[in-house]
Amino acid sequence: MTRLPDQTSRKLGLVIDLDTCVGCHACVIACKGWNTENYGAPLSDQDAYGADPVGTFLNRVHSYEITPEAGPAQLVHFPKSCLHCEDAPCVTVCPTGASYKRAEDGIVLVNETDCIGCGLCAWACPYGAREMDKTAGVMKKCTLCVDRIYNENLPEQDREPACVRTCPAGARHFGDLGDADSAVSQLVAARGGVDLMPDMGTKPVNKYLPPRPKDTWDQTDVLAPFLTPIADNPQGFLGWLDRALDRL
Amino acid sequence: MHPAPSVIIFTTLSGLGFGLMIFLGLGEPAVTGWTAFWFFLIAYALSVGGLLASTLHLGHPERAIKAFSQWHTSWLSREAWAAVAGLLVMGVYAALAVFFGLRVAVLGYLGAGLSLVTVIATSMIYTQLKTVPRWNQVLTPLHFVSASLAGGALLGGQITAASVLFLVAGIIQLGHWRVGDSRFADAGHTIASATGLGQPGRIRAFEAPHTGTNYLLKEMVHVVARKHAVKLRVLAFGLGYALPLVLIVMPGAGHMLGGVAVISHLLGLFASRWLFFAEAEHVVGLYYGARG
Repeated sequence: MTRLPDQTSRKLGLVIDLDTCVGCHACVIACKGWNTENYGAPLSDQDAYGADPVGTFLNRVHSYEITPEAGPAQLVHFPKSCLHCEDAPCVTVCPTGASYKRAEDGIVLVNETDCIGCGLCAWACPYGAREMDKTAGVMKKCTLCVDRIYNENLPEQDREPACVRTCPAGARHFGDLGDADSAVSQLVAARGGVDLMPDMGTKPVNKYLPPRPKDTWDQTDVLAPFLTPIADNPQGFLGWLDRALDRL
Repeated sequence: MHPAPSVIIFTTLSGLGFGLMIFLGLGEPAVTGWTAFWFFLIAYALSVGGLLASTLHLGHPERAIKAFSQWHTSWLSREAWAAVAGLLVMGVYAALAVFFGLRVAVLGYLGAGLSLVTVIATSMIYTQLKTVPRWNQVLTPLHFVSASLAGGALLGGQITAASVLFLVAGIIQLGHWRVGDSRFADAGHTIASATGLGQPGRIRAFEAPHTGTNYLLKEMVHVVARKHAVKLRVLAFGLGYALPLVLIVMPGAGHMLGGVAVISHLLGLFASRWLFFAEAEHVVGLYYGARG
């Protein structure tokens, strides 16, 4: 059903710490691996070892450069996958009911046997979270590893999304963002987590923790004074060399 | 957005076909017998041909029947219902007119109404997308409806109606381009709002997430056709609206000039719809440094 639930009992989602992410793309590979070997159509590649490789991914890591007013430039690695929006535009545009949002936990899923591959949901998503699989002809998207998080055949520590489980930096957190007392909600409150493209009115569940303020040029090491240029008027051999080179 | 031939052909031909249906349903021209047969054949060939073309871009066209299920939220589903209902009602109306020389006005009005709803539903598929600011404006449905009515009036030989409609449709087309050109900037979407990282100008896409291309870039960050945008706009406006108008108001214009007007309108509309897709920018491009 493409009518969105009025409210969901829980709001399962991810909190992504842009301060901690090192841009290793391990989450991208873990996601591709799990979602190729398990639920749904595999995430196919075309010309994987050729000159023009292209493939389906549910999670991709962008990198941005920020130049602050003062201080050094910063590189921010930016993992992006489905944000499991409360007001998901991808769901309501679906003509077949293949796309739906679960009332019990808020996860947005695609029923692949109903999907006609029209691509309208991918157009409706502002985040680029949905990709049509060229081989299967159906729309693929992050399932929040619905086949891991409730899977009692897995050891308990593995019952979280593959991207979260694999992140070596601890930059990805999984939990119930509808519960104000949950660890993820407290993390969002403490770090000032933000929505992506709030002007789109999608009310994303996933939150992004902005990078913490970095050191400025004057906040350098105690040894830094020893590295400053020694003298404006060099004496001795260096002074002679300086003057000789000036004269050339 | 990727200007896929299937959707360009679909919106152009179906728009024209349902436009003609509207005029036939209204009884302008009030035709029966063989004349009606040929008119309805053209209307059905265009509308059904366009609808079939639209199924070509589906990943699973064999499941297309499922697209009827979500009419309460999805404009695509509503379009499917309106199109099939319109074609069925007009089918009965056409059969009575062709074989029994009988025009049942109520059926015609109903079919015309459903045909109009179909064109509106088609336009709303694009208009509803906040992610494509150029489409997300009130002139989009007006453009689809006015172009469809003008083409329908021309095919139906309604010269007075067609000349007024071509004038109106041409003005709306210009307005759609003009408003559309600044829609993205007016909506205020920037790389900063997309990423939540500071102010625009201080942030730039440093590295793409992958070395090759991907579905998103091919489908939504298409840039090829923008190069000739101005030339294509001149062609679209000239051939699509101005020339047909001149040809049909010419004193003593017969079927010959009418035929030229139809071909000209069709070519112009193809150019217009190519631009409709190719010039449309999706906000996802912001993440990839488009409009940084």
